Amino acid sequence: MSDDVQQPESFAFTPKNQEEAEKIIAKYPDGFQASATMPLLDLAQRQHDNWVPRAAMDHIANMLEMPAIRVYEVATFYSMFNMKPVGKHHVQVCTNLPCMLRGSTSIFETCKRVLGVGDGQTTEDWLFTLQHVECLGACVNAPMIQIGDDFYEDLDEASTEEILNVLRAGGTPKPGPQNDRHGSEPQGGLTSLKDFAKEGL
Amino acid sequence: MLADKDRIFTNIYGLNDLSLAGAKSRGDWGGTKKILEKGREDIVNEVKGSGLRGRGGAGFSTGMKWSFMPKESDGRPHYLVINADEGEPGTCKDRDILRNEPHKLIEGALIASFAMGANAAYCYVRGEFYREAQALQRAADEALEAGLIGKDACGSGYEFYFHVHLGAGAYICGEESALIESLEGKKGQPRMKPPFPANVGLYGCPTTVNNVESIAVVPEILRRGPEWFSGIGRDNNAGTKLFNISGHVNTPCTVEEAMSIPLKELIEKYAGGVIGGWDNLLAIIPGGASVPVLTKDICGEVLMDFDSLKEQGSGLGTAAVMVMDTSTDIVAAICRLSHFYKHESCGQCTPCREGTGWMMRMMDRMVEGSASIDEIDMLEEVTRQVEGHTICALGDAAAWPIQGLIKRFRPVMEQRINDYQAK
Repeated sequence: MSDDVQQPESFAFTPKNQEEAEKIIAKYPDGFQASATMPLLDLAQRQHDNWVPRAAMDHIANMLEMPAIRVYEVATFYSMFNMKPVGKHHVQVCTNLPCMLRGSTSIFETCKRVLGVGDGQTTEDWLFTLQHVECLGACVNAPMIQIGDDFYEDLDEASTEEILNVLRAGGTPKPGPQNDRHGSEPQGGLTSLKDFAKEGL
Repeated sequence: MLADKDRIFTNIYGLNDLSLAGAKSRGDWGGTKKILEKGREDIVNEVKGSGLRGRGGAGFSTGMKWSFMPKESDGRPHYLVINADEGEPGTCKDRDILRNEPHKLIEGALIASFAMGANAAYCYVRGEFYREAQALQRAADEALEAGLIGKDACGSGYEFYFHVHLGAGAYICGEESALIESLEGKKGQPRMKPPFPANVGLYGCPTTVNNVESIAVVPEILRRGPEWFSGIGRDNNAGTKLFNISGHVNTPCTVEEAMSIPLKELIEKYAGGVIGGWDNLLAIIPGGASVPVLTKDICGEVLMDFDSLKEQGSGLGTAAVMVMDTSTDIVAAICRLSHFYKHESCGQCTPCREGTGWMMRMMDRMVEGSASIDEIDMLEEVTRQVEGHTICALGDAAAWPIQGLIKRFRPVMEQRINDYQAK
């Protein structure tokens, strides 16, 4: 938890999210509601501009009848929980080996140039936070970045710039491969399953 | 080359109808009730007989693992936990199952749970796979709606529920006991064994943790018979397998092929070959970041299975093939992995918490060359001090890539140091 962050006084789930929270808690056996800690932190983060304030952790601890410290230690252990505000679009550039081999260094540089910020920094208009991350698990579609919940794959410098510019203009770029691939099949025609891809390629 | 008719994942690219109806048209949920009617023991024996070895990296017999679960409940419920925390660099096969073949996973989960006396399965999906988790949840909702799972799964009288649980960005949660801790709402730090999860797992109850792919192939094995599966690949290395081919190939892709396919054939047939041709190959990491790197001469001979890769001092791991051509700075490549392990060490065991930092910092200097030649041996010694001295295998996984580098590319490291000193 960051001390230099303006923390809200209180937190409560919206009625819709409260309902969702109860559904989540019901997935786990009686007495083991602590299992809902991570899903509820995620729900709180989604409700609260993509970061988890201390009041939300306290609220979750109350809901789950846990000591607050147990929630704090979970929230701070996992990298996807943001302990301080981030930009509207959280741009996470995979720089692990498979992406590195396919040019993620230049993708990351492109992001820095287009956004005008460095690793871990947020733009002045709070539109973007840029961060390099570990392997995101889309290695045969490298290089790739995650923005929000979506993966943007098979990137080059031009498509990366285009995606960021569309977001900056308030648009919604198409997620997935940015070339003509559908998913993880080889580009330029199938090398297996040709008979099974009747509707596709 | 494996014939399309012997491929299990016929919609792995997601080119066809993803709905339940589409899945059924490809054979999913066909005769599931009849499979369950075989009974617990027969199902476990058939999975054992198929020769299926765990697809998450360790390669332990799946049927054998199932047989460790108590035959009778002592009053505690049993659980199946599915490991979809796919985070091993290079690996993206489970992602394709989650988003494009979710019904195979859910059907497999029902069968596996039935075979182990579990009425609930939790599928732990890495947090970054939010869209994939949504696709899986949609499929689970469809299956519940259609009565394929739920109070009376497939009309078998067996009660079974399937839950999706999202992680939040910790590689260590791919380790099964860390995953269980995380699922219980704690920090993902591995547990000491024993007790093993089959005795004391999730919520203190008997639990089996299986990889996504291991579970998703089960229905088809039981439909076609264990002999069909064991007839593919070499002895002790049975079946079909999803391979991810990334890095310096012309057309990176995921593909299902027979185990024991020659590595060179895999790359040339499906991934368009190495960029610049086979002669431009420098090295390959054949099974995800944790396994040692192979030089070109070995790559031309080795078979993609557990035993062949082990003989060459590497491993099949997750079957994530990372190809590096001669433009690659191999020291920098392995160094990148050292940064990864440093970042992902959970901090519980001192040799790993401290050792991953030492290894990363030494590797940083090796990339530059600002080291002395005898520090290569010192680095090797550090990896030996970490390896085998931690609760889980993350320490080993951090050590092995560096050991592979020193074993296979020591002259490159020495050259780098000499060049730096000459400057």
